[in-house]
Amino acid sequence: MNEVLRILLFMVSCVFTHNFIFSRFLGCCPFLGVSNKVETAVGMGIAVTFVMALASLFTWVVYHLILVPLQLAYLNTIAFILIIAALVQFVEMFIKKSSPSLYKALGIYLPLITTNCAVLGVAVLNISEEYNLLYSVLNGTFGALGFLLAIVLMAGVRERLETSDIPVPFRGFPICIIIAGLMSVAFMGFSGIGG
Amino acid sequence: MEKKKSLFSVFFNGIVTENPTFRLVLGTCPTIAVTTSAINGIGMGLAATFVLVGSNFVISLLRIFIPDKVRIPAFIVVICTFVTMVQMLLQAYVPSLYESLGLFIPLIVVNCIILARAEAFASKNGPLLSAMDGLGMGLGFTIAITIIGCIRELFGTGTLFGIPIMGASYQPMLILVLAPGGFIVFGTVLGLANIIMRKLEAKKAAKEGAKA
Repeated sequence: MNEVLRILLFMVSCVFTHNFIFSRFLGCCPFLGVSNKVETAVGMGIAVTFVMALASLFTWVVYHLILVPLQLAYLNTIAFILIIAALVQFVEMFIKKSSPSLYKALGIYLPLITTNCAVLGVAVLNISEEYNLLYSVLNGTFGALGFLLAIVLMAGVRERLETSDIPVPFRGFPICIIIAGLMSVAFMGFSGIGG
Repeated sequence: MEKKKSLFSVFFNGIVTENPTFRLVLGTCPTIAVTTSAINGIGMGLAATFVLVGSNFVISLLRIFIPDKVRIPAFIVVICTFVTMVQMLLQAYVPSLYESLGLFIPLIVVNCIILARAEAFASKNGPLLSAMDGLGMGLGFTIAITIIGCIRELFGTGTLFGIPIMGASYQPMLILVLAPGGFIVFGTVLGLANIIMRKLEAKKAAKEGAKA
């Protein structure tokens, strides 16, 4: 029972307390780049969730079963980025074959995920925090759901921003980043939950 | 007619005209995450500069041999090699900086500035020019994140490079060194940079108008 509670708290803390955008600052580029519309933001968020869950599984297995026994742990960055790139390619082919409509919706965002630092970030974090396999996968999945939440919230705000009167030099990125800061203040309210 | 790019103009381009942080808004994650103090900003900037110069140089040398289809993975492997080198050097010689930058050193690999320059510049230009572009872009990035780091450290803790500046009676604005401060300071500085660039451009346009 205690273990179940711990896992539940861990999931909540991954989504809110340690939100990838607002408290770990990972994945800011796609967060600012593709948050123009709610629909595209949802698409990007789902694609990232998919890749991050798989990436945390594969990188954990490769690190602990291949790199560590061979004493090649210093190669982890290279190994991880190659796994992620291969995974993104694979996911792209898989979705293309199995669900062309989803592929159409996600299309252009899929290759972008390789350079999303949240994906590599979660792989490195899982190793440096010494999570076991279950926690690593949960960290990847729920961390990515936190990313999805953040990017969709941001897209909602930005759709409204389009019609508002902002000083010209602050239009576009500057105002978005400042708004992200204000949202981050709100997310600070979660700090302490789930440790 | 295409103008021949001089080393200096390429260098200057990275620092001012196409400053990666203020003009292109690339590499936002480290800009927000590691700028809690000025020294962290400089450290991160110089690490990224080293990787940029090295990867641009090597990719430019290899650009004829790399097949077009697999160029992105090839670029990433080259970048990764340099990042691992930086990581080991920092760990050995400046462990305190290594500690405070932490996760963001391996993440230089996915810093969009580096891949963007490899794709947009190094794969099309000679090695010397590419290395210069890397140096300019890297220093542009360093200057930008050092400015943000200085502002956050000065107002957030009242010190600059660890030296107390504001005096004992100054009440530090703690929020600036916390997560939200990173976003807010970066957004504000970006907006101010836009104002300055617009003024400069208007001046330039006026000058050209007067000439004609």
